[in-house]
Amino acid sequence: MDVITGNLDVYLQGMRRTAELSLSSFAMALVLGILVAAMRVSPVPPLRWAAATYVELVRNTPLLVLMFLFVFGFPSLGFTYSFYTSAIVVLTAYTGTFVAETVRSGINAVAKGQVEAARSIGLTFPGLLRIVVMPQALRTVVAPLGGIFIALLKNSSLAVVIAVPELTAAADRVGTASARFIPAYLGAAAAYLMLTIPSGVAVGWLERKVAIKR
Amino acid sequence: MPETKGRKRGWSFLPLLLALTMVAAACGDGDGADQAQDTTPTTAVPVPQFAAGTTMAALQQKGKIIVGTKFDQPGLGQKNPVNNQVEGFDVEIAKLIAVGIFGGTPETLGNKIEFIESTTPNREIFIENGTADIIVATYTINDARKQRIDFAGPYYIAGQDILVKTNDNSIRGVNDLAGKQVCSVRNSTPAANLERVAPQAQLTLFDQYSDCVSALRDGRVQAVSTDNSILLGFVHASPTEFKIVGNKFTDEPYGIGLKRGDTAFRTFINDRLEEIYRDGSWARAFGATLGRLGIPTPTPPAVDRYA
Amino acid sequence: MTAPFVADVLGPRGRRLTLIASVISGVLIVAALVVAYNRLSARGQLDASRWDPFTQWPVWRFLLLGLVTTVRVAMIAMAGAILVGALMALARLSRTRPLRWAGAAYVEFFRGVPLVLLVFFSYLGLPRYGVEISAFSALTLALIIYNGAVLGEIFRAGILSLDRGQSEAAYSLGMTYWQSMLLVIIPQAARRMVPAIVSQLVTLLKDTSLGAAIGFEELLRRARITGEFFINPLQALVVAAAIYVVVNFTLSRVARRLELRQRRRYQAGKIAVAGIEDLAVLQAQGPAEPVEAPRAVSA
Repeated sequence: MDVITGNLDVYLQGMRRTAELSLSSFAMALVLGILVAAMRVSPVPPLRWAAATYVELVRNTPLLVLMFLFVFGFPSLGFTYSFYTSAIVVLTAYTGTFVAETVRSGINAVAKGQVEAARSIGLTFPGLLRIVVMPQALRTVVAPLGGIFIALLKNSSLAVVIAVPELTAAADRVGTASARFIPAYLGAAAAYLMLTIPSGVAVGWLERKVAIKR
Repeated sequence: MPETKGRKRGWSFLPLLLALTMVAAACGDGDGADQAQDTTPTTAVPVPQFAAGTTMAALQQKGKIIVGTKFDQPGLGQKNPVNNQVEGFDVEIAKLIAVGIFGGTPETLGNKIEFIESTTPNREIFIENGTADIIVATYTINDARKQRIDFAGPYYIAGQDILVKTNDNSIRGVNDLAGKQVCSVRNSTPAANLERVAPQAQLTLFDQYSDCVSALRDGRVQAVSTDNSILLGFVHASPTEFKIVGNKFTDEPYGIGLKRGDTAFRTFINDRLEEIYRDGSWARAFGATLGRLGIPTPTPPAVDRYA
Repeated sequence: MTAPFVADVLGPRGRRLTLIASVISGVLIVAALVVAYNRLSARGQLDASRWDPFTQWPVWRFLLLGLVTTVRVAMIAMAGAILVGALMALARLSRTRPLRWAGAAYVEFFRGVPLVLLVFFSYLGLPRYGVEISAFSALTLALIIYNGAVLGEIFRAGILSLDRGQSEAAYSLGMTYWQSMLLVIIPQAARRMVPAIVSQLVTLLKDTSLGAAIGFEELLRRARITGEFFINPLQALVVAAAIYVVVNFTLSRVARRLELRQRRRYQAGKIAVAGIEDLAVLQAQGPAEPVEAPRAVSA
């Protein structure tokens, strides 16, 4: 296990990168997903169409394909970002689709009576979403959203293919340099567990806190 | 109503795709009948006998040799999707060695030789794990690698050089790399050399050189640095976009990687290399691959039978 | 597509606002598409030379055979994962504590680790133990281990989602634990889990693309090889993405239809397992009437 202890700084750096990647992408994916979910349930057809197309196209494509597309294909559209930024953009776009769908199921779960009551006091569509529907919808889907965050933590490992020095890349570096892959990867596995398991616990706590007591 | 629309749309794709894939499966993978051939007929080599217990005998018994090579380096080792074959100088050398084990000619080898993709970081690992029997993949001989595997050859001497965009005149040599973003491949000799001779350069590391070339094309990096033979392949493929600075600053002897300590196998491959130097197959292989990129055929390097 | 989320039919003001919003957003979307088109053709990405290789059958054959490989890996991995998942679920629901712990440990460990790590471990690490493993086997093994953990959770949620009355009735008839499991619980639970399994198959198909990271020639890797050979990486990736979208979209529709049929026929509730991405999509496509919010089974 000296391979791990000897390279602790590499692992820690990778862990930090992974955490940064995941947290920033998730924050943006939340915003994006809520927006997209709102678009999908709105009465404006072009918005619905655009949101649905985005969701279906992006979520049915493997994340690895999206990474390569963005990094090696998109510069032709004029967007050339650093690899780290590209990883964040791709992870945000991908995770955003699942957030959108989860939030949408949360919206569908809000009782129709709520919406009718909101309309009857004269709330407009954006208003009723903001004041009545979303708060209830979001509190219902905290657990699935937490699961999506954990999935994102793991998906961030794919950034290794676009030269982002996150945790899996760190393990790879240690493994190739020392030729001792098993301890190197086990170290990375332990590091990921140190990130995912506490996150799971935190999500459970959060869910209990905001649960709607019916 | 939306349901029926979705159902029709969804279902119509599936049978079409299924049909296509079934046809594809029935046809089987490409047969590779159309390869770039030179016109001089090669004389068939008789099947040799090997002492029992040697790797050569074991390979003969197994009936197949697994060769790790590159799949994305034009001129040296590149997979052609049209005929599903790997093509290039490394490939031809590997075939000539295989002929030394199985007899016949490179064209009659068939499935006695199997190529798998060994990316730069995986080459030692494949030999150590036994995933490949030999590695012929722009494999530079150096002492660090000799700690883990053995090398036969060299069979070609390349040199490290720099690739830039055609209209970029700010980089004339390795000293101009300071402060620039330079791309190379993880765990490769060129990357290690760059860290040594251009420590001020900002290194971006990928798994494949073709990714570096894409990054150069998109302006994410200003230069790609690796063996000039590899760079020439990319220039040949896109002559108006890139140019080689033309100032090689190292010597990169390409060797054939094999298991450490297998002296009999190493001697055999070295002997075979000298044989193909003598009978002209090496020169023919070069002319058919790297030669087409405009490199004049050099004299083959002397093999190094280190103790 | 979903019906618009409005409780009432819109009045004249609502209709007017919606019309204005539609026009504005429609124009914006078209403008964005036009800009994208112009930029692409300015960089030559729409040139025939870059798209020509995809008019040749051999190139399509190369790619479609990659798809066949992808599907083959997914099928084998799914079969293996179902076996492993079933074992894990039963272990976690068993009455012997060590079994429960073992099952929980397996699921927690392999669900908390990225799949790509498992793939690297199988391909580059296992051979150190003397195991000769091909890229195909390494990828399939990693997929089975990982999805076994995921399916284990799905199965457990499925079994737990059954009414307690079922097992109570079985016991009251004198059945043993195993008899009630095999004859009553599992057959009903299995039916409920089919949509979730099909949904997981979508994720599995996407995950096979990780083989590209170890040089395995499935669809993505073959698309990259094509892109490198013809120097058209963007076009090759777009074609590959299109193939993935078509296949996965179709599969998702199948999963959705299966779930609707279940809901109608068996009054089956939804199975919610935290962290399964494509399950979230399955649940989002709910009917217009309010359904109970999904109760997640925490891992």
